[in-house]
Amino acid sequence: MVFKRLVIKPNSYHDSIVLMRLARTVRNIDKVVAAQVGMATGLNKDAVREMGFVSQELETATANDLIVAVVAEAEDAIDNAEEVIKESLEGSARQEPGVKAAKIYATLSEAASVGGAGIAAISVPGEYAAREAGEALASGLHVFLFSDNVSVEDEVRLKKSGKEKGLFVMGPDCGTAVIGGLGLGFANKVRSGRIGIVAAAGTGLQQVMAIIDRLGEGISEAIGTGGRDLSKDVGGITTFMGLAFLESDPNTAVKVLISKPPHPSVRDNLIRMLDDGAKPVVVCFMGEEVGEARRSRSGKVLFAGDLEEAAILAYQLATGESKESLYSRDELDEMARKVMRRVDGGGYFRGLYSGGTLCHETLTMLRRMGIDVYSNIAQDRRLLIEDPLESFANTCIDMGEDYFTRGKPHPMLDPGMRVPRYIAEAGRKDVGILLFDVVLGYGCHRDPAGVMAEAVREAGRIRKDMGQGLAQIAVMVGTAGDPQGLEKQAAVLSEAGAEVLSSNRAAADLVSRIIKAQGGTRQCLR
Amino acid sequence: MLTIRNWPPEGGVINVGSGVFAESMQEQGANVYQVKWQPPAHGKAELIDILDELEGRSDIDKANQTAIERFSSAQPVLTGIGVAREAIPGFGDRMLLHAGPPITWGKMSGPLRGAVIGAILYEGWADSPEKAEELASKGDIEYSPCHEHSAVGPMAGVVSPRMPVFILENRTHGNRSYSTLNEGLGKVLRYGAYSEEVLDRLRWMEKVLAPILKKAIELSGGIDLKSMIAQALHMGDEVHNRNRAGTSLLIRALVPYLVEVDHPQADIRKCLEFVNSNDHFFLNLSMPAVKAMLEAAHGIHKSSVVTIMARNGTEFGIKVSGLGNQWFTGPAEIVKGLYFPGYSEEDANPDIGDSAITETAGVGGFAMAAAIPIVQFVGGAPEDAIRFSEKMYSITITENRHFTIPILNFRGTPTGIDIRKVVETGILPQINTGIAHKAPGVGQVGAGLVNPPWECFEKAIIAFGKEYADGN
Repeated sequence: MVFKRLVIKPNSYHDSIVLMRLARTVRNIDKVVAAQVGMATGLNKDAVREMGFVSQELETATANDLIVAVVAEAEDAIDNAEEVIKESLEGSARQEPGVKAAKIYATLSEAASVGGAGIAAISVPGEYAAREAGEALASGLHVFLFSDNVSVEDEVRLKKSGKEKGLFVMGPDCGTAVIGGLGLGFANKVRSGRIGIVAAAGTGLQQVMAIIDRLGEGISEAIGTGGRDLSKDVGGITTFMGLAFLESDPNTAVKVLISKPPHPSVRDNLIRMLDDGAKPVVVCFMGEEVGEARRSRSGKVLFAGDLEEAAILAYQLATGESKESLYSRDELDEMARKVMRRVDGGGYFRGLYSGGTLCHETLTMLRRMGIDVYSNIAQDRRLLIEDPLESFANTCIDMGEDYFTRGKPHPMLDPGMRVPRYIAEAGRKDVGILLFDVVLGYGCHRDPAGVMAEAVREAGRIRKDMGQGLAQIAVMVGTAGDPQGLEKQAAVLSEAGAEVLSSNRAAADLVSRIIKAQGGTRQCLR
Repeated sequence: MLTIRNWPPEGGVINVGSGVFAESMQEQGANVYQVKWQPPAHGKAELIDILDELEGRSDIDKANQTAIERFSSAQPVLTGIGVAREAIPGFGDRMLLHAGPPITWGKMSGPLRGAVIGAILYEGWADSPEKAEELASKGDIEYSPCHEHSAVGPMAGVVSPRMPVFILENRTHGNRSYSTLNEGLGKVLRYGAYSEEVLDRLRWMEKVLAPILKKAIELSGGIDLKSMIAQALHMGDEVHNRNRAGTSLLIRALVPYLVEVDHPQADIRKCLEFVNSNDHFFLNLSMPAVKAMLEAAHGIHKSSVVTIMARNGTEFGIKVSGLGNQWFTGPAEIVKGLYFPGYSEEDANPDIGDSAITETAGVGGFAMAAAIPIVQFVGGAPEDAIRFSEKMYSITITENRHFTIPILNFRGTPTGIDIRKVVETGILPQINTGIAHKAPGVGQVGAGLVNPPWECFEKAIIAFGKEYADGN
């Protein structure tokens, strides 16, 4: 017997992160089969219809109305679910999470009218984000725009208007920034220093900051731009503003730029600008081959082939000290041998990432090693996986990609969303290497290593029952100052049986060594 | 040369969206201004487009300032008592005024029907309730909203030609407003009761109470109601559901003149007992007082300020200063609140009465923080009263210069509901109100909190957009 209940609460908006977490809690209630807790957006209405609910009320509900839909094997499970939802949401209505006794404003302009703020951090659903950003600019505020799904037209309009007013628009889809020492979005606690960064990539920026911090240098400013800034349409407005600021900033000695390769029309201007600057700059265009010529015409621009290298080059320029890679070849070989002894039977590689840039870097690294890796974000069409739920041969999935995050929390907030897939991959006989990232910092999950350690242990048990070994490799992006505690997080994963590396490049290198040691690149047809 | 201002930005961060980020920024020691964001205009794209046309418009802002200046400078004074048909402009021979937006007999709820029947009996147009009902439904009676005659009436708000009415004058702008005299609690016409007891009281009010009060008021040279309301707000009233202080202040103002009135002492004593026994007597003065102030603010070209919120027991209607005489209506809602013993929400009539004029003026539910004891009556905790008042600043333009709330550090009451702000924030005006039984004549069954339906504001912003989106 299946019980179903649909409740629509008009005019009771809640933040999607809160609701997605709540839906997850409700789904874990005993005898609950399916649950949806969300605002009545088109997407959520579809999901509720798919659960088999038909209702006129549902059809007319708006994005301001809360939908609670529960399917369960027992009626009291639904009552339980409603109780849990009620408690959680009424609590949050009384008190926004974390905002203790502070005044809460109804609109951005109301908050701006108080006059105490210099920047607005915006993370509302994309369709409304441009409007809020526009209001922020009109109120003379810089904008950190975390929201995605903002149109290119809006992005261009906002950035042009910001530039005119002398205001930054970081984003849309800007995951990370560190401005005036304050981490916005997903951001690590980094020491302050002489390296200034402009970055289009969220986890890419986090990786570079974390390595710089580990090496003992620090960050002056880390300005996010959003992934499309260096496209032809946007023309790099924020990137140019950011680099111009770093050039003039007395606290910055070295500039770093991290992005996907810019559009050719933007690239020339960009390099020319950097050549004209007085300060040295490290450029990492993710996925682009740097080749032999690693310097620009003026010699002031150094091209890095990966994130770790970008961090090390920046460190060297800032300190004048030379620095080796975080992991030497010998160390990686030793690690590979150690892991190989455990893996015995060999097997394919599967990577499950929360950080899109990190996933992209791994694909690039393995491609450079001549290893084909299938992916939902593969640039090579041949290797593009149409159904992101499938894996072929060596596969590396960006689980923060739209397909996985539609109506669900991003794995940076909910690293556990990867666990079922992780366990499934571990149960496959032909799989021998599992790789995942753990991203620390403000805004991220409070205990991502703890969540993944459970999965690592479970995977170990499964393989033991199968009589097979398994290489489990974790990339940990974080700093000693991060609220989660870097050492503690790393220890939790090591104890569970994972090899923990602090550089994604090194982890990809390790994977390639294992694959090669197993006898080559092992191509596999679908 | 590119100049970037305030970078890295000084000051705090306004966080619009996820509380997770607010929390993490606070953890880092940042001063975070959290916005309790919800999709503007209930997420309706067509309304957002209209808002985008209307927001940040200095011409509209200026019109609103004019409207609010007129409201704030109005001086409502109680100048006398008259007979409705003579005093109230446009009163027809067979006309009954009622609360809320226009309505026909067929759509009237129980309490309003009961009050209409009672008024017909009181006027002597019929000699039995059955005949009165027949007359009421036949179309021989002209029904007209109080608000269209500068009048206001609590609950059913029925005013018939013979009834005595308070006459108020706005000494600044010269406009007048009117209201009947409050009958007290229990079985009363405004809740739809029409028994002989009810009619007898109405006759006594007409014959004894009104003439005596009229003389006293005239002897006083007029009673300044604006300062009386300001004082009452400092004495625990919000002048909608709590009028104990206002009623006391009124008695204090009247007594020196009542003793001079040439009437039998027994009658004067009865009058004083009547007023004194009814905490709500002052409601029928606070309402027309703010009505006179709001009417002075009505009809300002381009003003998006709400000048009327009123309910007839079936529909809720609002008017907007810059939109002339159009009503924007939606279904009246059921009041959530505390019920008297033996009654429940099932007994409740939908929201009814012109008394939401108090909220329109920024008192009543908007000034609940001034009347904390009221939560015992309408439900909730003292902090709720404060929260309700504070929330209303998000949908109003300014703070009242005269009406202040002690516990909010003598902040002026939230004043000038802007339909743009209501639609933008989705925050609806907070009304606290009595609950009428749905059957005629049972009376009040509780009190609680209610909001106007969203439709009123949606319709109003669409009309306002049509009228003014192009900037003219």
